[in-house]
Amino acid sequence: MSDIPNELRYCRTHEWVSCVEDGVVTVGITDHAQDQLGDLVFVELPEVGEAFEAETECAVVESVKAASDIYSPVGGEVTEVNEALMDSPELVNDDPYGDGWLFKIAITDEAELDSLLDADGYQEVVDA
Amino acid sequence: MSMKTALNELHRASGGRMTPFAGWDMPLHYGSQMEEHHAVRRSAGMFDVSHMLLIDLAGGQSRPFLQRLLANDVARLQTAGKALYSCMLNEQGGVIDDLIVYHLWDNAFRMVVNAGCADKDLAWIRAQAAPFGVTITPRRDLAMIAVQGPQAREKTVPLLPATLAEMAPGLPVFHAALQDDWCVARTGYTGEDGFEIMLPATAAPALWQTLADAGISPCGLGARDTLRLEAGMNLYGSDMDERCSPLESGLEWTVAWEPGARDFIGRKALETKRNAIDNKRLVGLLLEGRGVLRNQQKLFSDGVEVGEVTSGGFAPTLQRSIALARVQPNIGENCTVEIRGKQLPAKVVRPPFVRKGKICIAI
Repeated sequence: MSDIPNELRYCRTHEWVSCVEDGVVTVGITDHAQDQLGDLVFVELPEVGEAFEAETECAVVESVKAASDIYSPVGGEVTEVNEALMDSPELVNDDPYGDGWLFKIAITDEAELDSLLDADGYQEVVDA
Repeated sequence: MSMKTALNELHRASGGRMTPFAGWDMPLHYGSQMEEHHAVRRSAGMFDVSHMLLIDLAGGQSRPFLQRLLANDVARLQTAGKALYSCMLNEQGGVIDDLIVYHLWDNAFRMVVNAGCADKDLAWIRAQAAPFGVTITPRRDLAMIAVQGPQAREKTVPLLPATLAEMAPGLPVFHAALQDDWCVARTGYTGEDGFEIMLPATAAPALWQTLADAGISPCGLGARDTLRLEAGMNLYGSDMDERCSPLESGLEWTVAWEPGARDFIGRKALETKRNAIDNKRLVGLLLEGRGVLRNQQKLFSDGVEVGEVTSGGFAPTLQRSIALARVQPNIGENCTVEIRGKQLPAKVVRPPFVRKGKICIAI
């Protein structure tokens, strides 16, 4: 049974997005995603200052099994990346919604959040 | 419908994450592949390898038959229980499979072949055996458990049937002790000490449970792959197949050229390649920076493609990414590997990367 916090928004591609704080959202991958991937061994993050459209490839996580693309849930500019993952990618496995966050984005259009899934909607994706 | 080993229910009961593998429903890991890997390097872990096929050969002509069938020479098997690693080649010198052959007794031998090759191997062996009058018996009634790691032998021995418990501690490497349908061999696929135990499938769940109770960690196919890669051992289907010879697969040491009169299948083709200067070779790679080497990534030197990763991954013992790669003969000590459009520097090294818990390359 994977953990799906109520306060977050989700993508069908298994990323989560936090609420907006000062125009910035935090992005990570879900507990279900890390569980499916297995032990993470490498994370390739975007550069601070890079800008992405919603649903475009912006990072890569690699587990013992395979490499998986991460898609930006919303459009905007990267303001911060989780440098701790360079040395400790396993933080994503241990704490996917906390210390294992991937990057922060200054969101261009907050309305994009409305098109994302809530916890119940993501639960349906996981169960499908 | 996947085939199931005798231990399938135990895997599921202990949280095994099951995956289809060569037609079998097998555990990939039981929670953390990484922890399973470390358990084998530091203490002891066990693997269900019952999906591999055991093929028994019997009859007066079984030894001459194997001397024809295999590129290594079973003349090296003179005592009961002795084991030998060999390739089985086609006429073109391509590798049909790699296997271990055990001398059971008198004219009886046992081959242990890869699960993914089981059907084609059996068909090939039967076809080649026709003129020799050898009896060939696939042993799906047997299971196999590999117990590997620095503490594997001491933990396993007291749990074996009495006679085997007496014989097993004195077994040299690549020798097996036999009793009825049990065979305890000091072999493995991890680079660590340990046993591979063949036994009646009906007895396997009880042994697995006893081993688990003794603190031996169940390990899945995931850890099996990272352990063998660190040990520099080839994986059939990735590092070699029917399109390449043992000479291009780092396996020339398994080809018994002498005596020259032994006409093993594939010999003529291999002899023409033996002194060729353009044979590719299989080498080890160490990625210098961060990232993960993966199968089929291309290698470059001075902008020219010089090879391809045949099996790559993250090496938990080294905390670095390593690979086996098939390369042009003149490759130097350094190359780059193309990963997602970038050229990342890698060092060409000689496998193994890790043996007996110790790192064998400069990192």
